[in-house]
Amino acid sequence: MTAMKHNTALATLAVAPERFARAPEEPALAGSVVLRPPRPARPVAAAPETGFSAKLKRWFRLNKGAIRAMLLGCLSLGLFIALWHVLTVNRMSIYVRFINVPSPAQVLESAEAAFQSGRFIQHILISCRRILIGFSIATLVAVPLGLLMGRYKILREFVFPVSEVMRPIPAIAWVPMAIMLWPSNEESIVFITFLGSFFPILINTLHGMSTVDEVLVRAARCLGAKETATFREVYFPAALPQIFTGLTVGMGVAWVSLIAAEMISGQFGIGYFTWESYSLVQYSDIALGMICIGVLGLASSFAIRAVGRIVTPWAARH
Amino acid sequence: MSASAKKGLIEVSDFCLSYETMDGAMAAVEEADIVVRPGEFVSIIGPSGCGKSTLLNAVAGFLKPTRGKVTVDGEPVKGPGADRGMVFQQYSLFPWKTVRENVEFGLKMRGMPADERKRAARTLLGLAGLSQFEDQYPDKLSGGMKQRVGIVRALATGPRVLLLDEPFGALDAQTRQIMQQILTNLWERLEISVLFVTHDIDEAIFLSDRIYVMTARPGSIKAEVTVPLPRPRDAALALSAEFLTLRAELAALIREESLKAMGGELNADALKGLAINLHGASISDVL
Repeated sequence: MTAMKHNTALATLAVAPERFARAPEEPALAGSVVLRPPRPARPVAAAPETGFSAKLKRWFRLNKGAIRAMLLGCLSLGLFIALWHVLTVNRMSIYVRFINVPSPAQVLESAEAAFQSGRFIQHILISCRRILIGFSIATLVAVPLGLLMGRYKILREFVFPVSEVMRPIPAIAWVPMAIMLWPSNEESIVFITFLGSFFPILINTLHGMSTVDEVLVRAARCLGAKETATFREVYFPAALPQIFTGLTVGMGVAWVSLIAAEMISGQFGIGYFTWESYSLVQYSDIALGMICIGVLGLASSFAIRAVGRIVTPWAARH
Repeated sequence: MSASAKKGLIEVSDFCLSYETMDGAMAAVEEADIVVRPGEFVSIIGPSGCGKSTLLNAVAGFLKPTRGKVTVDGEPVKGPGADRGMVFQQYSLFPWKTVRENVEFGLKMRGMPADERKRAARTLLGLAGLSQFEDQYPDKLSGGMKQRVGIVRALATGPRVLLLDEPFGALDAQTRQIMQQILTNLWERLEISVLFVTHDIDEAIFLSDRIYVMTARPGSIKAEVTVPLPRPRDAALALSAEFLTLRAELAALIREESLKAMGGELNADALKGLAINLHGASISDVL
């Protein structure tokens, strides 16, 4: 030890043994060191109760925050549905007109019918397939491209200007062009889904690469890592959390783009279903379609976050 | 073991490193010569910005000298490699690898099979007292534990020299002392050459066989001090007259350079305000 900086450490080293032997009643002298006698052992605390009710109580105490959040969430959803019910059942018109808006009960009724028909399920499956294909291709292209662009400045300088020009164009604006470009409707819709998710994934991967700590790259080099190993062992895992942020955002935009494309040019899919319901004056099916889109979007974002948590265990909250 | 059997001779001769700027070349280090003999523990101290880390990074292979030579065991340094282990101030553990995977990294890069390197890493972690943390991610560890992992990771590949860049700078004083002891023990056991960069004089004296003191930027070697203190060294050594004399000498050398480094910022009045004692010398003598 280089106990130079701390005067207290010096005092401890230099202290004479007799200075320990001071009766406890005396007032402490300046500069003296008093060692406390070891504490007597305390009786062992009673073992925690193991009964079911005691455990249940403890569980409630420990999960109070989560329980409150869930109760509040249910309450807010319940109030929303109640308000919806009141507004629609009474056909209220307070500048915003709820006259033709279906009530929750009506939507539930048409949901039952829709799920029994099978056609509705088919719409959902077709939409899901388009998302899966478009989003997967976007991931497979944008993630490697972003990684390479992040690593090699030349590639970034070459590709970035094009991507920056294309990026602000909303996927919906691509619909006419996509119809011209691709031989079938199906392909153009998948293409639009792909475009919607491509840019958020690319930009986030690129951002993830820019946050890689150079010292970690140096450390890897010092341990004998060559280019590919450094890429695999340092750059990729370092960018991974940010890549998953991109995937989550990309999935959201993929749904937005898909629904828009389906509404304009589709013959199938949940977006087409929703638009068709309006044309056919099936008002409760409009709400059903909307709710379905919301649930599917939520579920897919949730799935990506879950995968993200599994593949980046080091980023877990503690 | 005779000294000649040991490996790890670092030779830096006539080392110059300058950066290109719009105003021409800016020298960071000028004509520095250092030698670390096999098995020797050598420190470099100097005012901040003097280029001590630059020298270390050149030995590690991250920087190429503008002029001069850097060799390890006679071979010129061409780039970073596992024969020169490096420990960084910021720990620089891979956050996505567990403690054991961090230690295994160098062996993995060498192509050692998984079970073999697992065993090797466990042995090393045991030596560093980290066995029960092998499956933890680094962000769960304290600074002292992280740096122990950093040192063990650098040693895992059996390097010829160990380079440390202010490795204990971010640790509290108590942890730092313990880490110094651990490093000394590892060094004695492994008989490896160590080049250690620090700005802490006590640390340099306590650890080193020899100390190089660098001048302010552009850095060159101002003094070479052989530490006469016997080993093993312990806390009581810090109270010895020899230690205190050496400390005062080194402090004076560095203060001179620090004042030079701050020359542009300081004048006599500013020194008064900062209560810096020039011991009768005028400011122009020092600067």
